[in-house]
Amino acid sequence: MSLLFVLLSVVPWANAGGAIGAGLAAIGAGIGIGQIGRGAVESIARQPEAVNDIRANMILTAALIEGVALFAVIAGILAMFV
Amino acid sequence: MIGKWVKCLLVAAFSLFWVNSFAQEHGDANRDIHNQGEREEKKEATKKFDANEVIFGHVLDAHQFHFLTYKSSDGQKHHVGIPLPVLLYSPQKGFSAFSSSKFHHGEHVHDGYLLVTPEYKEHLLKSGYSEEQLKGFHNESIIAVDSESRPLENVSVYDFSLTRNVVQMIIAMALLIWLMLSVAKRYREQGAGKAPKGMQNLMEVLITFTRDEVAKPNLGHKYNKYMPYLLTVFFFILINNIIGLIPGTANVTGNIAFTFVLGIISFIVILFSSNKHYWGHIFNPPVPGGVKPIMIPVEVLGIFTKPIALIVRLFANMIAGHIIIICLISLIFIFGNLSAGVGWGFSPISIAFTVFIYFIEILVAFLQAYIFTNLTAVFIGQAFEGSHDDVDHHQDPVIV
Repeated sequence: MSLLFVLLSVVPWANAGGAIGAGLAAIGAGIGIGQIGRGAVESIARQPEAVNDIRANMILTAALIEGVALFAVIAGILAMFV
Repeated sequence: MIGKWVKCLLVAAFSLFWVNSFAQEHGDANRDIHNQGEREEKKEATKKFDANEVIFGHVLDAHQFHFLTYKSSDGQKHHVGIPLPVLLYSPQKGFSAFSSSKFHHGEHVHDGYLLVTPEYKEHLLKSGYSEEQLKGFHNESIIAVDSESRPLENVSVYDFSLTRNVVQMIIAMALLIWLMLSVAKRYREQGAGKAPKGMQNLMEVLITFTRDEVAKPNLGHKYNKYMPYLLTVFFFILINNIIGLIPGTANVTGNIAFTFVLGIISFIVILFSSNKHYWGHIFNPPVPGGVKPIMIPVEVLGIFTKPIALIVRLFANMIAGHIIIICLISLIFIFGNLSAGVGWGFSPISIAFTVFIYFIEILVAFLQAYIFTNLTAVFIGQAFEGSHDDVDHHQDPVIV
C-alpha cells in the first residue's frame, strides 16, 4: 500500500498524462489522414482527370483533421502546466 | 513603385531601432539587481542549455526582437537585437516610456520597473519567495520593484508596450495596405480589362480564388458583402504566418490572444448575418419531440464551439509548427550537453529535419489562412441560409 502511495506521489503524472494524450492524438491523426490518403488515391485511380480537385480536397481535409489532433496536443500541454 | 514617402518612413522607423541595438554591455547608469558576488558566480558557472527557456522565449511575446546572443572574448554575453519601446502606466507612478534596452535583458532596474527573467525568478526563490508566489510572475513581464529589487505588491503596472508581436502586426498591416492599395490603384487607372502586371498577378490569383472557391459557393448571391472581411482575414493571417517563419521575427498567429480576437470578430460577423430561420433551427430544431431536449443544448453549444474551434485550430497549428522547429534545433544543443562531439555529429540530421519541417510549415501557413477563411464563410453561409423549401425550385427535365 505504501508503495502505491510512493508511486502516486513521486511519478510526475501530469507530464505523463500530457505526453500520452499527445501520443494518442498522433495515432488518431495518423489513422485519419491515412484514410483520407487511401480514399484520395483510390479516387485518382478511378478517375485520373479529377486529380487536381481530389488533391485540393485531400489537403483541406487533412488540415482539418490535423487541427483536431492539435486540439488534443493543446489539452496535453494544459495538463502539464495548469 | 513603392511611394517615396513610404520608403522614407520605413527608413526613419528602422533607423530609430538600430540606434540602440548592438552589443549591450554591463555596468550602466541604473542599478544591477544582483550584488557583485552573485554576478561573479554567474560568470564562472556556464549555464547548461535549457530547452524550455529557449522554446518559450522564442514562441512567446517579448520587448525586443532578439536575433542572437554571443559570448565575447572577455566572457560577457552580448545580445544582438532590436529593442522596442516600453510604454507603461501605473496608477501610482503615472506614465513611463523608455526603450527596453534600459532593462539590459532583465539585469537592470529602470525607473523602479524590472523585467522578469528566469534569473530574477531564481533570485526571488533564493531570497525566500515560495513557488506559489512566483506563479504570478511571467517571463518578460514588467513589475514595479523597490530599491532592493523586491517586487512591490501594491503597485499595479499596465503594460501598453510596443512588443514584438505588436510591431510585427503593424508591419504586416502596412504591407497588406500597401499591397492592396497599389493593386487597386492599378485597376482604377487601367481598368479591369487589361492584362495584370507584377504584383497584380499574384493578388488576382488569390483574390479570385477566394471569391470563386470560398465566397461564392458558401455565400451565394450575397458574397460581395462579405468579400472585404474574408480577404482581410485571409491575407492578414497569411502575411503574419509567413513573416513569423523568418528566424528572429515574432510568433503572432501562434498567440492565443491574436487568434481569439480574430475568432471573436468572425463570431460577431456570423451573429450579425444570422436570420430568423437560423435561430429557429437552434431553439426549435426540426427533430422528433423526444430528441429535442438533447438537441437544443447541443445546438446552443454549437454556436460557441465553432468560433472556438477556429481560434484553437489556428493557434495550435502555428505554435506547434514553431515549437517543432525550435525543438529540432534545440536537440543539437541537448545532445551537445552530453558531449560536444555528439552535438556536432547530430547537427546535419537535425538541420535536415528542420528544413523538411520548414517546407511543411510554409504549406501550413497558406493552408491555415485558407481554412480559417473557408470555415468563416461556411458558418456565415449557414447563418443566413434560409429555409430549405426555397431552394431547388428548378425541376429536372428528365424526371418530370
